[in-house]
Amino acid sequence: MIVSIASGKGGTGKTTISTNMALSLKMSLTLIDCDVEEPNAHLFIHPEIDEIRKVSVPVPEVDMERCSLCKKCVEICQFNAITVVKKTVLIFPNLCHGCDGCRIVCPENAIRMGEREIGVMEIGGKDQIRFINGRLNIGEAMAPPLIRSVKRCINNDEALTIIDAPPGTSCPVITAIKETDFVLLVTEPTPFGLHDLTLAVEAIKILDIPCGLVINRADIGDTHVYDYAREEKIPILMEIPFDRKIAESYAIGEPIIDALPEWKEKFIRLYEAMKTIVNERKRKGK
Amino acid sequence: MIKELVVISGKGGTGKTTLMAALSSLATDKIMCDADVDAADLHLIMAPTVCAAHDFQGGRVAIHLPERCSSCGKCRDLCQWNAIREDFSIDAIACEGCGVCAYFCPEKAIDFPIKTCGQWFISDTRFGPMVHAALGVAEENSGKLVTQVRKEARRIAEEKGFSLIITDGPPGVGCPVIASLSGATAVLIVSEPTISGLHDMERVLKLCDHFRIPRMICVNKFDLNAGMTGKIEERAGSMGAAVVGKIPFDADFTKAMVHGLTLFEFNDRSNTAGEVKALFENVMRLLETSGSVKTSII
Repeated sequence: MIVSIASGKGGTGKTTISTNMALSLKMSLTLIDCDVEEPNAHLFIHPEIDEIRKVSVPVPEVDMERCSLCKKCVEICQFNAITVVKKTVLIFPNLCHGCDGCRIVCPENAIRMGEREIGVMEIGGKDQIRFINGRLNIGEAMAPPLIRSVKRCINNDEALTIIDAPPGTSCPVITAIKETDFVLLVTEPTPFGLHDLTLAVEAIKILDIPCGLVINRADIGDTHVYDYAREEKIPILMEIPFDRKIAESYAIGEPIIDALPEWKEKFIRLYEAMKTIVNERKRKGK
Repeated sequence: MIKELVVISGKGGTGKTTLMAALSSLATDKIMCDADVDAADLHLIMAPTVCAAHDFQGGRVAIHLPERCSSCGKCRDLCQWNAIREDFSIDAIACEGCGVCAYFCPEKAIDFPIKTCGQWFISDTRFGPMVHAALGVAEENSGKLVTQVRKEARRIAEEKGFSLIITDGPPGVGCPVIASLSGATAVLIVSEPTISGLHDMERVLKLCDHFRIPRMICVNKFDLNAGMTGKIEERAGSMGAAVVGKIPFDADFTKAMVHGLTLFEFNDRSNTAGEVKALFENVMRLLETSGSVKTSII
């Protein structure tokens, strides 16, 4: 089972939920931090990193000896990543999506695909947890290729993979939660939390993935999130009250289950609840 | 010269939008710009009256035309995104909009139209004009939409003779954040005293340096952990960023948000309100001097 933890709004507690769940379960599992722009899960897991793998994207290189300046490459590129100025071809690597179009279209075979590093993948573990995260290089714009690389490490036979997704509702989030069996949405009961939650739910509907809700800092704000969950028939699988002790342990990178051990059982039950929903759906043949 | 202050945070949920709204309510001769187009929230406080709405066309999408298709499979071989299914229909979510399939299809069986992937708005609020946007759910090109709203905010500022643009930026360090930084006068980074807040502030500081944008730090909820606040100040200092404000944890922020109000509208007599005013003054002072300085404030 692959579970992704997402939110729409940032700072609602995605990483808190994914790391505490991973630490609570007494089974071997994989935790993947797909928030490659700001990866934080390692701060709570303290994994031993055995391997750092560079992640590259293809980028065109032009052989000017062969180039006839026909501009077919400029014409096919949808991202303005290649242009001809006077007698040279200029490449803007940051804009290149790596679609390979320019290389294929070139009638002179003057383009070959080189590589450009956009970030790294850190692979390691801690006790029963296999840990992987992506870390986008500073100044790089495109997170999705790195997220795709990190997700290639998923082993489908494994009982559980937990994906810590980035905030928002656009391409990085979609790339992270795509092809997962369940999305656990973490929100807070405030106007901002609710608004961004509704956007996230719409995205999940498009992907047709079942979802459930964790309401964090459940006693601040108002009750509209609860009304919304009822209307949309989204099960509330966990509520975490605002507790200074939880906030304090989070601040220093201490898991909730270390500060308040009674929460361990609740995270195990959260996992069981998701498993039941996923299995139920499988049984119905979806 | 028009100054633009961009409020970002790296980590989400540190209080960017709440503080940005409070700062905006203190500024005069300004326009507000919500550049967090992915999960825009500023309108929930500003309650804008939309004066003009425009479609945002961010890119193209491939559409399979089955009546023309000879099932040769060339498109599937060429697609780098696995967006073309067994039956040659196209997964619009996976489609990157590169057009390679459409370009090379021998039967012209793939259409490649421009798609509307969001909307942007020019609005009026009780604190003056605001430019904002809504990216369609699961859409790409948020960077382009960020550039669009900022360009529009600048155009209006020039037209109305405003001296200041205050921009609410997105979280992270990727495409939409980069798009929200270019050409900004200065950046205000809202951090929080947590291990994640510190880690993410460092990355976003490096990002500002990468693009040579002057930056300053505000520690929000600073009293939740004095030790971590100390570490943040120390790290900010070692990276040459001024800490221009420390705002206490205060339930007033959430209460104000629930009522759709800025902090000052909800309660302008508290100690917290005083701290936010001091933050505003510090930010404005540094913004004044950073127009002439090309590299970072040190």
